Amino acid sequence: MTSTLFTAKMKMADLILANHNLVLILPRFGIELGFGEKSIEEVCATHQVSLPFFLTVCNIYAYDDYFPTPEQITFNNLQGMLPYLAASHHHYLRERIPHIEHHLQKIAESCAPRQGAILMRFFTEYKDEVAKHFNYEEEVVFPYIEGLWAGKDVDNYVIHQYKETHSNVEEKLEDLTNIIIKYLPSNVLPNEKASVLFDIFRLATDLNKHELIEEKVLIPYVISIEKHGV
Amino acid sequence: MSRKQRILLVENATIVAEGLQAIIATMQGFEVVDTEENMEWIFERITVFKPDIIIINPSVIDFSRRMNVKILFQNFPQLPVVALLHNHYERQLLKQFHECIDIEDDKKKIEQKLRALSPQKAPNDEALTSCYELSARETDILIEVAKGLINKEIANKLNISIHTVISHRKNIIKKTGIKSVAGLTVYALLNNLIDENDM
Repeated sequence: MTSTLFTAKMKMADLILANHNLVLILPRFGIELGFGEKSIEEVCATHQVSLPFFLTVCNIYAYDDYFPTPEQITFNNLQGMLPYLAASHHHYLRERIPHIEHHLQKIAESCAPRQGAILMRFFTEYKDEVAKHFNYEEEVVFPYIEGLWAGKDVDNYVIHQYKETHSNVEEKLEDLTNIIIKYLPSNVLPNEKASVLFDIFRLATDLNKHELIEEKVLIPYVISIEKHGV
Repeated sequence: MSRKQRILLVENATIVAEGLQAIIATMQGFEVVDTEENMEWIFERITVFKPDIIIINPSVIDFSRRMNVKILFQNFPQLPVVALLHNHYERQLLKQFHECIDIEDDKKKIEQKLRALSPQKAPNDEALTSCYELSARETDILIEVAKGLINKEIANKLNISIHTVISHRKNIIKKTGIKSVAGLTVYALLNNLIDENDM
């Protein structure tokens, strides 16, 4: 399988053509479309993006069973991880979720007022939960990791606690899909519903990969530096 | 029952066909007399093998005719037609069948379903309901969950064991696909099982 993974010398454009979901990943690294025939390596260098980390993310998004080996999870290979994760949070909260919310709002307005209100309340709860989860990561977990990197004497917070609180925000999104598919009145804006479902599925897949990066790369890395130092 | 119940199986996935055949082979009183991959010669096969039950994967039936399975088999009014389900189909379609076997059913369940089918039994929606719709009891439990009660409280209120509550809740999740309490509350509200004042 390793032969099919993305590598430094490949053309950046081919990466997107091989997996179109990666279009949404590039902006989180500050990379915009329009890179001509440049290779992944060249584009990363231009944008001062860590090549190993970029490849790790792209490979995790594109290949379901790909994860870096423990030897690959090192400080050098993970440069830029925290800003990337924060940029992803920003992307979900400021772009994807509001987009879905906007379309759900239209659907809600076409339902009976009571039903519309129920739907929107559920979505708002979901949104708040996601925001809270991201906020916790950015305010507590990331500074903790930066502290470890800086060799600071961090208090006894350990990543295990984070692992436990890694709340399953996916669950509610799945519930939402079931509600839209099965329980909203069938005559209400069918096209709008279909389109918002696609957006939700795409967000769910994206969030799922995002969580995998946190669980399979970030957490094991932090556990290892908690034990052995950077 | 002295004579074995003869089953004709129509399934295009070899793994599933052979798997089900192996399972049925271990049941007393049933035998698979023929396996077909598609519908092409199905009526000839029925005439030749005279099955007592036909088990069929709805996806092998031409799309345009799927909604008319009853008409499709109208020349064999005595023959129970059982759907073998790998994925979800709409209710309307499943109503066409006398019974449905789900890919996740265990041997016991399959056997129960097959035994319940006597050749004369008419299609009824009851069998279908037991497949997918929430039962009355599950609905009771769901209402309490949606109101915010925890398992122990529900058990006390309905006078059943916690174990029973948990098993109902598992079925509710399986049927509705909704895992969170907030999601179940939405379900209950949308279906008018509770109103806002109950929460």
